[in-house]
Amino acid sequence: MATDDDKGVSYNAEEFLQLFKKGAEFTQDLLKENERLRFRILQVEDSLHFKGDDTIVTDENRKLVEKIEALEKEKTEILERILQIERENQDFAERYVEVEAENNNLANLYIASYQLHSTLDFREVLQIITEIIINLIGAEEFAIMLLDEKTNELNAVATEGVTREEIPSIKMGSGIIGSVAKTGDNFFVEEMAGYTRDFLNPMVCIPLKIKEHVIGVIVIYRLLIQKKTFAPVDYELFTLLAGHAATAIFSSKLYSESERKLSTIQGFIQMLTK
Amino acid sequence: MPEYKILIIEDSPTMRQLIAFALKRLHGVRIVEAHDGVDGLKKLSAEKFDLILTDINMPVMDGLKLVSLVRSDANYRTTPIVVITTEGAQEDRDRALSLGANDYITKPIQANKILDLARSLLMPA
Repeated sequence: MATDDDKGVSYNAEEFLQLFKKGAEFTQDLLKENERLRFRILQVEDSLHFKGDDTIVTDENRKLVEKIEALEKEKTEILERILQIERENQDFAERYVEVEAENNNLANLYIASYQLHSTLDFREVLQIITEIIINLIGAEEFAIMLLDEKTNELNAVATEGVTREEIPSIKMGSGIIGSVAKTGDNFFVEEMAGYTRDFLNPMVCIPLKIKEHVIGVIVIYRLLIQKKTFAPVDYELFTLLAGHAATAIFSSKLYSESERKLSTIQGFIQMLTK
Repeated sequence: MPEYKILIIEDSPTMRQLIAFALKRLHGVRIVEAHDGVDGLKKLSAEKFDLILTDINMPVMDGLKLVSLVRSDANYRTTPIVVITTEGAQEDRDRALSLGANDYITKPIQANKILDLARSLLMPA
């Protein structure tokens, strides 16, 4: 079944097909000319035979034979050239598809990165991460969990498709989620098709890392109905999320803390200067 | 080539940026963004658009309501409308199409899909 991805390729392949059609038409013309000349030679040979004079080899006859040989050679060369162009076209078409896919992936990554660093508001950053996971990755049920360094537990700070209360707190190093937070390695369930939701055993768990320091995780429990599996760009998005989302969350938290401290200090200064 | 005006109605800035980014690859287009259905209606009344892309799940006014209102406006009876949503179920697709949408894209969307669809609706062969 043709997909929408195919449409773009077929649209651009039409120009190449036109080129091949022209080549094929030209080859057909050459073959017709070849056939006509062969027929003409047979006619001349019959005529000579009829005259009973095998020794008469006219200049015209020789020229025709030479012309046929030249045309045969030319035909072979053209056919080789057409084959070569077909191979080149195939290469170009494959390259075009690759470049298109890469372009789309880069667009997604660029937009995700741009949006993640577009604000210093903590809630907005969480909202943007949520949007990226829904719109660019295609997840339906997931949670963003942050590490509370006092209790050493991971707690859900934002969810989609499930409530925050449903997501249990996870001790660092405990179970799949805790292990991901401890090791900093991504986790993907082996059999996505047979996965059933389990809050302790997610389908995907991605650590949010600043260098090697894990500040939280993203856990995915269900993909959108039309999303059956992950595409290569999804893994790149996960990698990007692991780094950029962590930085954005960390920066926004620091910023909101400093804002709070600033307003407290300003309050003190006002009290002292009154 | 004439300039085509495209309106993107979507509450998510990420999605708006992604759609706009894809459509900018069509030469000769001007893109206007609206953040919900009401904002979209305001922009539709201010100028005429050649293509409308709208999300379904939005605050204030959802995309399905917007589609029915747009289709009741004589100026927009034939303007192509593409609905974008997270719902992949056939019934949602049918509902959007029965209200007058021309086509339907499900999230997660890909830039080339939007581009191909916009091209086919703006410049039919």
